[in-house]
Amino acid sequence: MAKYKLQINGRTHEVDVDADTPLLWVLRDNLGLVGTKYGCGIAQCGACTVHLNGAAVRSCVMPVSAVREGKITTIEGLSEKGNHPVQLAWDEVDVPQCGYCQAGQIMTAAALLAKNPKPSAEEIDNAMNGNICRCGTYHRIREAVVLASNKMK
Amino acid sequence: MKVAAATGGGLILGFHWNGAGASAMEVLTKDSLSAVNHRFNSYLSIAPDGVITILSPNPELGQNIKTSFPLIVAEELDADWSKVKVLQAPLDPANFERQVTGGSGAVPHSWERLRKAGATARHMLIEAAAKKWNVPASSLTAEKSIVIHKSSGRKANYGELATAAAAIPVPTDVKLKDIKDFKLIGTPVRNVDNHEMITGKPLYGLDFHREGMLIAMVQRPTAFGMKIKSVDIAAAKAMPGIVDVVTFNNNVAVVGKSTWQVMKARKALKVEYEKDGAIESTADHDRLFKELLDSGNATVRRKDGDVDAAFKSAAKVIRSEYQCPFLSHAPLEPMNFFAHVREDGVELVGPTQTPDRARNDTAKLLGISPDKITVEMTRLGGGFGRRLQSDYVIDAVEVSRAVKAPVKVVWTREDDMTAGIYRPAVRYRFEAALDAKGNMIGYKLRGVGINAGNSTREDNFPSGAVDNLLIDSIDHQSPITTGAWRAPITNFLAFAEQSFLDEVAHAVKKDPVQFRLELLDRAKTSPVGAIRYDIDRMKAVIQLAAEKSGWGKKPNVAQGFSVYFSHRSYVAQVAEIEMKNNNPVLKKIYAAADCGIVVNMSGAKQQVTGGIVDGFGHAMFGKLTFKNGEPEQKNFNSYKLIRMKEIPEVEVHFVDNGIDPTGLGEPALPPTGGAVANAIFKATGKRLRNQPFMQEEEMKGVNLGEKL
Repeated sequence: MAKYKLQINGRTHEVDVDADTPLLWVLRDNLGLVGTKYGCGIAQCGACTVHLNGAAVRSCVMPVSAVREGKITTIEGLSEKGNHPVQLAWDEVDVPQCGYCQAGQIMTAAALLAKNPKPSAEEIDNAMNGNICRCGTYHRIREAVVLASNKMK
Repeated sequence: MKVAAATGGGLILGFHWNGAGASAMEVLTKDSLSAVNHRFNSYLSIAPDGVITILSPNPELGQNIKTSFPLIVAEELDADWSKVKVLQAPLDPANFERQVTGGSGAVPHSWERLRKAGATARHMLIEAAAKKWNVPASSLTAEKSIVIHKSSGRKANYGELATAAAAIPVPTDVKLKDIKDFKLIGTPVRNVDNHEMITGKPLYGLDFHREGMLIAMVQRPTAFGMKIKSVDIAAAKAMPGIVDVVTFNNNVAVVGKSTWQVMKARKALKVEYEKDGAIESTADHDRLFKELLDSGNATVRRKDGDVDAAFKSAAKVIRSEYQCPFLSHAPLEPMNFFAHVREDGVELVGPTQTPDRARNDTAKLLGISPDKITVEMTRLGGGFGRRLQSDYVIDAVEVSRAVKAPVKVVWTREDDMTAGIYRPAVRYRFEAALDAKGNMIGYKLRGVGINAGNSTREDNFPSGAVDNLLIDSIDHQSPITTGAWRAPITNFLAFAEQSFLDEVAHAVKKDPVQFRLELLDRAKTSPVGAIRYDIDRMKAVIQLAAEKSGWGKKPNVAQGFSVYFSHRSYVAQVAEIEMKNNNPVLKKIYAAADCGIVVNMSGAKQQVTGGIVDGFGHAMFGKLTFKNGEPEQKNFNSYKLIRMKEIPEVEVHFVDNGIDPTGLGEPALPPTGGAVANAIFKATGKRLRNQPFMQEEEMKGVNLGEKL
């Protein structure tokens, strides 16, 4: 076990965990930030997606020792009141069924739009393809990404 | 009456309006509010500020009854929907019936009583206003939580009237709305939990936290048909953060303070297993299927006329076999459950489709009364039938009992995928006897399943439309466990049946839609034996799907048709394939659904779309195989689920027939595989008979989507 200082959602947190602990479990077990989900543990489903310096990463395979000074944003920190354009679009399009994958989907979409505000249909599919939705809300996810993109001028 | 905390302050009062009759109210204060919140029945309460709280009794897994149940109440109540809050009810068999999520039955079961609940409260509010203004109740109307006396312009909102309304005698009979007067039902309404899901609030079992709880992971035998031979827990127990290692049945549970520590310690377990039953591989199953198809020990499920004579006299016999693999349910939230076994009772919290079973099985295990067990239902990150079981609940109970502490059991994805309760593997043989004119005079179906029970649905179409018919089944008992998987049995049988009917239609040179309609007309005018499906409803979805897809009218598009009746509802589908550079590309699937009155148009459309994506994805890719009893696929790198790039366009239509809702959780899934396979045949001449399609010889070199 070792102590790590982490920048998460604009605040500094100190945790005492093994170096190989995936960021996912530090968030969930040590910091009570359970919005980031566990679905597979091998970066295949995307439910664990967070931002590291604005880029989408799979926290289930990112050891806490690798984070260092990186700025982490989780779903809880994406916006103050759940009013990030992507979140608003998700509500407007009425995307979720069970909802378990959606935090990861939203984080992936937000990272995409931050880097590429006007993505083509193919670019959206490519960026989102790593996120599994077992309930099959893919059509609405796509629609919400386009809607958010249109609203973010 | 149970008292529950209201969201955002305020109180709930209760009285049993279907019990003692007279109201017995308890007023509780919460915070500084002295607001009085009246509960009109098990389902709703109204606060003086006008906030209406409705309890949703059934577990929520994405079928969105948490929105549609309250919507039905709010409709008859004439409530302002924006003022309605929905709470998940705990398990409470005294006040709620059928707190189960499965069989697409929630809305059909509760439709009438929910409407009555809303109408009853509305009646009482109107009577209260009538009394207050000294006018006849018949002179009053209600709209969006306001009672209006038109002639005088007087208005009062529900919050103002709630206290007085609770004193009105509860009516025994209330008039329900005409469906043409619905204002909410049938419109698109957003999921009531959107905000919580979209902002990452703790909603799921895996998110549940209780101060002082321990995390546990359970090591099961690595293969079916094995049991523990020896266990060495020393290394695991010595690892940091580990509190204990306990065994129960053939399981070894590692218990500790955090998930990662427990995950690592579990890898240090040394467990040896030995044979305890049949050790089966997929190759064994393949062989077994073929043997059993020809063996004589089948259970007859339906028999009409004389198939032997029909087949003897046939001008032509068509015979085809279809086979499906085992499938994992793979809900994205893996199995997990929290249990705290105490001296005085048990607290259970987590995702379950059957909270009553969770409670009863726990009671049985511990030898205590179910009264001593509470069950709080968290939102489920998917169910698909997997969480109808209580195995993972019992894991938590066993471990909590053993370590005398609150415990949350967490399954890894690998645990989830290898622990069983699969969609069973089945092989079908279909045979059709045709006379010289091309009439289908005989029909035989045999299903051979592995722990599938009755792998046929003997009363489904075309039963009733064929003079001579024999449907039977054989089941092989295996240590590989199985369970209900979304649209049980029909999730593959529908594909096989609809493909076979297409084969027959093709053989007699009939249009596939016309072929089915003629059989249905036959069933209507001269039925053979019992007809257990509604011919008119089936015809209506067939015709709607054909109409919306322009069936037969698109020269450059290969269309495939399928129709199925399951869980009280009817869905027909048309899949469309276009050729691009000699490559078939699946462009679109049209669906025509009859689920009676559509409650929430947004939820319903997604339910159909999602069912199609589910059916298509598994038809294309899903496969679980076994080697020496061990599942060969353990995670999503080797067990493929459909992703965004692989979905066709989907267009959904609903039949508008005004009948009471008949359910929509499962019915859209079964027809999907058949529609796609029939379109593939139309486009390429290749007939698919096994799933997953992408592993079929016929699909080698075929890229079904540009995006695939």
